[in-house]
Amino acid sequence: MAHGIIYNHLDLPQVLVVRPPDSFSLYQSQYSHKFHFLKAWESPVPLDQFLSTNARNVQALLSCGRFPINVDLLRLLPSLRLVVTPSAGLNHIDLSECHSRGVAVANAGSVACCDVADLAVGLFIDVLRKISAADRYVKQGLWASKTSYPPGSKLKGKRIGIVGLGSIGQEVAKRLEAFGCSISYNSRNQKKSFSYPFYSNVVELSANSDALVICCGLSDQTHRLINKEVLLALGKEGVLINVGRGAIIDEKEMVQCLVQGDIGGAGLDVFENEPNVPKELFALDNVVLSPHRAAFTPETLTSMREIAVGNLEAFFSNKPLLSQVIDD
Amino acid sequence: MDSITVLMTSPMSDYLENQLKDRFNLVKLWTYSSKTDFFKHNSHSIRAIVGNTKIGADAELIDSLPELEIVSSYSVGLDKIDLRKCQEKGIRVTNTPDVLTDDVADVAMGLMLAVVRRVCECDRFVRRGLWPKGDFRLTNKFSGMQVGIVGLGRIGSAIAKRAEAFGCPISYYSRSEKPETNYKYFSNIIDLAVNCQILVVACALTEETHHIVNREVIDALGPEGILINIGRGSHIDEPELVSALLEGRLGGAGLDVFENEPEVPEQLFGLENVVLMPHVGSDTVETTDAMADLVIKNLEAHFLKKPLLTPVV
Repeated sequence: MAHGIIYNHLDLPQVLVVRPPDSFSLYQSQYSHKFHFLKAWESPVPLDQFLSTNARNVQALLSCGRFPINVDLLRLLPSLRLVVTPSAGLNHIDLSECHSRGVAVANAGSVACCDVADLAVGLFIDVLRKISAADRYVKQGLWASKTSYPPGSKLKGKRIGIVGLGSIGQEVAKRLEAFGCSISYNSRNQKKSFSYPFYSNVVELSANSDALVICCGLSDQTHRLINKEVLLALGKEGVLINVGRGAIIDEKEMVQCLVQGDIGGAGLDVFENEPNVPKELFALDNVVLSPHRAAFTPETLTSMREIAVGNLEAFFSNKPLLSQVIDD
Repeated sequence: MDSITVLMTSPMSDYLENQLKDRFNLVKLWTYSSKTDFFKHNSHSIRAIVGNTKIGADAELIDSLPELEIVSSYSVGLDKIDLRKCQEKGIRVTNTPDVLTDDVADVAMGLMLAVVRRVCECDRFVRRGLWPKGDFRLTNKFSGMQVGIVGLGRIGSAIAKRAEAFGCPISYYSRSEKPETNYKYFSNIIDLAVNCQILVVACALTEETHHIVNREVIDALGPEGILINIGRGSHIDEPELVSALLEGRLGGAGLDVFENEPEVPEQLFGLENVVLMPHVGSDTVETTDAMADLVIKNLEAHFLKKPLLTPVV
């Protein structure tokens, strides 16, 4: 049946890979007996040409987590039925376009939630207790020079506002409660199974919080959700932690607020235009910067790989997907 | 009470200094150029000492102040106070327990996360403009790591409670077993070190616990193991620690305290698996004020012949 130029000796199901996800070599070495990976990036010809020649019958695509899965790509894949992304994040995928084309989407579910929550809490403690700043101070030999060191701020009793009470937000809440913090949240929907106070409005959440922890995904609704109004409501002592996506925050406003002292500090793992980080932040001692590593532990990458493959296997054996994204 | 002379041993807190000045006749040890000079002017008037982790009340100081009635320490640690001498002479001693428990436990957790997830190193990486050249490597998962606590007192228990929220199994070595906890008890520190991935020193410094973390313990913890110290520098054999880190025999360390503060072994400065802080475990605005208030309240209680709030002796 296939007109494909790539001859598949073993009649393995084809999986299109436009750009390789992290540690793709491990997918190859561990799963090339299960799937035939169609590696578009290795071809010298332009992508659209490669796809029209080789991918007309491809039913499944393994995303790299960054390359956009949008109408321009989907248009070239008439047989596509499944997009699997090894990330939890979905902002690189046009979900409604997939939905209207009958293409199911599966992501990494909640495999990364503990690692991401750990980093969120690590950044929060660092900002409040000035851990990275202290490490710099000692390693520059300043302690012996008797330059006095400014005190930090107590965690116990701080009011935490979680933006997005999904699996990551829930793990953040659980951890910070053990430090004696109180939890409130804003989410798309109120979660009846949690007794934390719910704020339907993020400005109100911010006004009633000492720290905001951004744990939600990036979507049209959350783009620039954390704007000037939210930042000013957070206030001069307020702390902002972001382990979601850079574009959830109006970055320019945030930088200005930090430089002017309108908010108290920030711990950021994500930025609007990675790997570029606003240079004004480099001069600030009340900011802790992380190069988008929250989910990047060997354990989580392995889990992401396993769940991605699990979804592909389920699809090709006509079983229910393990972690299908339901567009709600 | 401004006829009562109180000695402050070092500039530990402006707030405390002002409070003492308002209430008592305050003498500041560090304003004297020599010991002889100090003793000549004050030895017969001083009735109270306010000390801290830098300068407390050793035998020499106690013996030279015949009117001394009370030592009120701006710390929970008592290692700088000659407790036996105080007991012999009927001198009361107070410290600042409980008010700083949470802050110190928070720093222990912050150090653990900073070492395991390389938080400080990542911050350095971004600030140096290295990210556009390539991603930072993977870091180890923290949740679920086995945490071993040396000393399950107030601070040790507070650390355990926090680490549990990360799914970390807790084990401990303490003077006595605490069956009311669900944590796994080890009767010696070597077994604890063998059976955990992160070893946290949270006990008091005494003759028995001096260098409790020695070469043997460090070897037992191993090249993947991480050592966290929020106790006292002398809990650890510091030269052994430094060589273990330099030689890769220990996986990492987070240290808030050192044997000879403010001196820190410079060989540690270039190590990305080591996070260093300048003894700030209890240094938050809220806690330092609470500690100062407790020192004042204990002094006032003593001189008003009321019960001390947090007596040790």
